[in-house]
Formats: sequence, C-alpha cells, structure tokens
Amino acid sequence: MAKRVSASNVTAYYGAFKAIENINLTVEPKTVTALIGPSGCGKSTFLRSINRMHEVLPGARVEGSLTIDDQDIYHRDVDVTAVRRTIGMVFQRPNPFPTMSIFENVVAGLKLNGVRKKSILDEAAEKALRSANLWDEVKDRLGKPGAGLSGGQQQRLCIARTIAVEPQVVLMDEPCSALDPISTLAIEDLMFQLKDKFTIIIVTHNMQQAARVSDRTAFFSIEKTGDPGRLIEYDNTQKIFSNPSVKKTEDYITGRFG
Amino acid sequence: MGETPHRSADAGTGGTRVTQSHAWPAGASARVAEAPVSAPTPDGNGLGGGGALPTNRKFGAERAFHGLTMAAGAMVLVIIVAIAAFLIAKAIPALRANTANFWTFEGWFPNDNPPTFGIGALAFGTVLSAALALLMAVPVAMGIALYLSHYAPRRLGNSLGFLIDLLAAVPSVVFGLWGRDYLIGPVTDLSGWLNKYFSWIPIFGGDGPYGNSILLGSLVLAIMVLPIVTSLTREVFLQTPTANEEAAIALGATRWEMLRTAVLPYGRPGIIAAVMLGLGRALGETIALALTLGSTYAISFNVLESGGNTIAANIANRFAEANDTGRGALIASGLVLFAITLVVNIIARAIIYRRREFTESAA
Repeated sequence: MAKRVSASNVTAYYGAFKAIENINLTVEPKTVTALIGPSGCGKSTFLRSINRMHEVLPGARVEGSLTIDDQDIYHRDVDVTAVRRTIGMVFQRPNPFPTMSIFENVVAGLKLNGVRKKSILDEAAEKALRSANLWDEVKDRLGKPGAGLSGGQQQRLCIARTIAVEPQVVLMDEPCSALDPISTLAIEDLMFQLKDKFTIIIVTHNMQQAARVSDRTAFFSIEKTGDPGRLIEYDNTQKIFSNPSVKKTEDYITGRFG
Repeated sequence: MGETPHRSADAGTGGTRVTQSHAWPAGASARVAEAPVSAPTPDGNGLGGGGALPTNRKFGAERAFHGLTMAAGAMVLVIIVAIAAFLIAKAIPALRANTANFWTFEGWFPNDNPPTFGIGALAFGTVLSAALALLMAVPVAMGIALYLSHYAPRRLGNSLGFLIDLLAAVPSVVFGLWGRDYLIGPVTDLSGWLNKYFSWIPIFGGDGPYGNSILLGSLVLAIMVLPIVTSLTREVFLQTPTANEEAAIALGATRWEMLRTAVLPYGRPGIIAAVMLGLGRALGETIALALTLGSTYAISFNVLESGGNTIAANIANRFAEANDTGRGALIASGLVLFAITLVVNIIARAIIYRRREFTESAA
C-alpha cells in the first residue's frame, strides 16, 4: 500500500517561468518526508508535479522523470486520472465538497471509480473516517453537510476522502496552515498513524512541524526572486535540524535567513 | 495555487513562524501574535483619543441612507400591490358580465352580447409553450455554458460569451418576424416528417395544416431564452471555487466527472434561478408568440397543427378591437398570468430553500 517516489531532473514551468529546476530526490515507502523552504521556492510546485496536479493550470508543464516504484507517471500511455488516484492529495485549505454530506464527501472518490454498492461504501466510509480519527465525532451526523464541520474536522474529512480510495502515496500541501494548534496536533498524530500504510510527503512552513512529523526533510531554496527553486539539501530530519551539511540550510533552520 | 504562505494562519499552529525578517530564534512563537496589537498611540490626539465621548448624531448620512434604502425596498411592495389592485379592479366587472365559465370555456368573445370568454386554453397554451421552450433551451444552454466556462480556451470563451449576450439584446419582435417569415418553412417540413413517422405519439398526431403551431412558437421562444440561461449559468459555473475543482481532480476525476462532482452541484441554485428567469421570459413573451402562433382557443396537446395561443399573445392580438368588457377580460387574463408567474417563482424558491443547509455553507 505504499510506494517509492523518485524524482530525477524534475523541472517545472508556469508558462515561460521556470519554477523549479533539476530536482532529484527519492522518497522511501512508509515514511514521512517534509519539504521546507522559504516562500516561492517551489516546494508546492514540486509536490503538485508528483501527482500531475501541476499541469492542471493553463500553461504549466513538467520536464524530467518522476516514478513511483519504477513506473513513469509522466509516460505518454499513463492514464493521468489513475496517477491521481494512486497519489492522493490534501490541500492547504480544507476543501470538502460544499454540496455534499460528510458521508458523500468521504465516498466521493470511490463513487468516481464506479463503486455504487451501499454496503461497500458504508464500510469504506467508516474505515476512512476511523483512520482519519474523525469517526467518533461525526458518526451520528454523516448526513449533515461536510462544510458545517470545524476547520480541523474539515481537514480530517479531506484526509478521509483522500485515503478512502486507498492511494499509495499521500501528498499534503501545508495541511495545517489554516488550523488552530489543537487541530494541528490531531493532524500530526494522524500522520504518524498513516505512515504505517502510506508514503507521505508534506509541504510545511512550520519547521517544528517538520521536525516533529517527518523522517526525512528536503530543504528547497531560491537564489533570488525570479530564479527557479532548487533542492539544497535532503537528509534525515534529525541530521537536517541538528547538523545540516549545507550552510544555507543551517541559516534557514536557525532563522538567520528567510 | 503556488507558493502562497498564509502567514497569519501559520502563527496559530504553535510552531515557528518563518519570515523574511524575524530577529528572534526559532521557537519564540508567542511574540508573533502580540506584535501588531500593542502599537503605542499618542495620548489625546488620535481618532480614538481622550475626552468625553461625542453623542450619537440624530441626523446624518447614516440615517439618511438608511431611510433611502428602506424607501426603495418599500417601493417594490407598493408597486406590486398597485398593479394587483389595478388588475383586480378592472377585471371584476368583465368577469361579472361573463356568461360562460371563465376557467373552462374554450373561446374568447368578450365583445359579443352576452360576452363569453374562458382562460383555460390560453393558460394551457402559455404553460405548454414555455415548458417546451425550456425543455429545448436548457440542455443546450447548459452545454454551451459548460463549454465556455470549462473547455474553451479563455479568450474564445470570453468572445463567445459576448456574442451570446448580444443575442439576448435582440428585440423579441425581430425573433417573431424571423419565426413567422423564415423559420415557418423548415418547421412545416419538420412537422410533416414528424407526423409521418411519429404520429403514434399523441403530440405529433393530427393532420395539419402545419406551420403556425406550438412547435414553431416554442422553438422561437427557446432561441430567445437560450442566451439568458446560457449567460447566467456560465457565470454560475465560473464561480465554482478552484479548491473544489482541484479536490475532484486530485481524486482522479476526469473533466466531465469533475464537472459532475464539483461544478454542477455547486451551481445548482444558480441553475434553478437561471431557468426560472428564462421561464419568466417565456411566460411573459408577447409579440414573438403573437406573430408565430395560430391563435386558436382550444386545449390540445398537439404541437404540430396550426393553433395554440398564450395569454400575453392574446392580449396583444385582441387589445385594439376590444370594448370595455373586452379590455376587462384581457386584464383578467393578465391577472391569471401574474398568478402563474408567482406560483412558478414560489416553487423555484422552495426548491432552493429545501437544500439551504448545503447551499448556505457553500456560499
């Protein structure tokens, strides 16, 4: 249920603007990898190119190669919707479907895949909601609108929706940045449990969060505004935060450089 | 969504906030939240300065504006009540003089002595032609709107959208003349063909003559409501939050599945509103139908044979020749049209209201 993600020489553009350049990195299965770095350094762009969400924007494109377990996800013959089912994504702001109930939100992905049988959907919804630590809070009001939950609950609902289709990899783009500390803690706890089953890659602006939840950390940076983002250092989280090998990483971690 | 850090939100996560300029070491998060609050204000000379608090102003722009907006709101009620009162006052004498059953009699002879007229056939024709027009226009309009909002390249979408709006500005008499003088040819041929092969379906039965039929009238109506419905639903579809569309795409939805999962449900109240506005136009359309329908007074589901009539078209056709009772009778029919429109709008509201729990949180 978890796959290895490898990027080699990944370069991504928005039209003529080169957002990231020559990113090389391998993420091991069943680990949490944090992408950190200053604003505009391309962390989110890189994250979005892993499940081919980058190319959704007009004019955006990706070069280089990205594989999950040696399968090229940018190969001509690959079905892009299958890539996105295999590599799920949780967004910065909780985005449950506003017109759907809690239950419908969780099973939305399954329904897209043609699952119609009520018993299967019920079971999958409960399983996903339990995995997202949300079941006890919502089990009595599954028919209520998903958008009526609190921000933290909505984000866990979105995580439930993502893992309900049983992806191999889960990408999270600053999943806690819109949440309060308690909800953040709940999501971080959740990440610990989820990495038993999934490969998790998370973009975060919160370095303590990176230090708390991740096994490996990748530090991205740019020379100056307008330059493409580059991967500066990629290592075990402990090493990055205690004894980074690149000066720039150290400056960033200690707050001498933004 | 690129690199847009929500800095203020980050501050609440209990961790470090990493900014371009912070001078304190990582971990001192508490200070971040306090910083903007405690800006020192000089004593006495700021807007929120010292001294006694001024009293509430009795007359000022605030109150004047409040009064103006309330007057504008009240005006709507006054106008509606005035129209209803006018219609009722003028209609009652004619309805008293009517010697036939107003609801069921199929015919319109208010100028005779004794006057006989009935609304049944007109009301039926009004609803039938409007319903048929929507049936034809709405699917096409939604298709165009979805194409313009989600498939077409942005520039093409915008220019086509502009053209559609232009179509909405064509006066209805032009559509009516076009329907009467040109479209009638193809519609007559189509009617003959439909009758030949599908006469076993009751609505396509009968044996002519074809041409000035409900089919022609509702086709012209459909073309007339198409631009309104298209341009409103396009607006609605464009308003779908990107976050919802991306959520669907990230779950592995194809374009069409994304539209079905995120865009259409989100736009549902807007679609209903657009259809209702289209229906409003179709129900009230006068001259185009006066020019294209056959002006008969019979309740018939046959859409091919010449005939059909609507309340508004009947008013336009018969007003010039009407005497006192005749005018009263036409005004009574106007009152019925008023009521039909009201009921249609109430139903639309009810549909939107029933799902409010979901639509309100969507807003």
